[in-house]
Amino acid sequence: MKHTLSLQRYLILLAVMLTASVGDILLGYGMKQVGPVSVAHLGLLLKAMSNPWVITGILCLLGFFASYLTALSWADLTFVLPSTAFGYVVVALLSKFWLHETISLARWAGILLIVCGVGFVANGPSLTEHNPEMGGEQ
Amino acid sequence: MIVANNIHAGPIETWAAIITVAATAVAGDVLTAGAMRKIGDLDVIRAKEGLGGAIRAVLSSTMFLLGVLSMAVSFFSLLFTVSNVAVSLAAPASASLTSLGNAFAAKIFLKENVDRRRWLAALFVCAGVFLLTK
Repeated sequence: MKHTLSLQRYLILLAVMLTASVGDILLGYGMKQVGPVSVAHLGLLLKAMSNPWVITGILCLLGFFASYLTALSWADLTFVLPSTAFGYVVVALLSKFWLHETISLARWAGILLIVCGVGFVANGPSLTEHNPEMGGEQ
Repeated sequence: MIVANNIHAGPIETWAAIITVAATAVAGDVLTAGAMRKIGDLDVIRAKEGLGGAIRAVLSSTMFLLGVLSMAVSFFSLLFTVSNVAVSLAAPASASLTSLGNAFAAKIFLKENVDRRRWLAALFVCAGVFLLTK
């Protein structure tokens, strides 16, 4: 198993952690400005596409998918997935400090558990090396 | 059709819907990860063939496209589920099951070395996601 990641690859994992949650929050913020979309008013979706918050949110989500795929090309799924879960923590913290929402004790406990989970795998090997003679994934 | 206030599924339908969401999400993750493993390091491909070459390599993979299809099915299954099951149950239960299911599937199908550290991470994330919804 490989044990080291370069700084650039840690930055890609950081992008995986941040872009999905920031993208979701930007989309939510933008859609609140646009207003509720119903089947009878699908034209509002076009209006949404001109909202800068929505556009930035979509770009963030595209960035997430690109960085997620890049990470999966050199790291195990079970190494990368906890990073994506860390996005839940980012959303909770942004909700607390940007949107001034209240976070319950249970949610703080959930944040602590996810941080611990990410910490467990972050210090470990990133990729299982397979013997090519056994065929398959490599 | 999503009818948020029409929560009427029995326990069997509820868990069948939740398991469908989790199973298709796991299939999407595993197929995508398997495809990326076969394609190889995208950093290397991009250095040799540029960004266009890397995008071409990903989009020409049938396994990747099947993975994206599974993710889409999972997304629409979730929409269907939350129209029949309380969101406070459906969202955390499917996310937690997906977290654990991915660890099992990665070990079985991708032959990843899921050691004790990774099992613990999957369990912690599973419990953490559940608590975040409280």
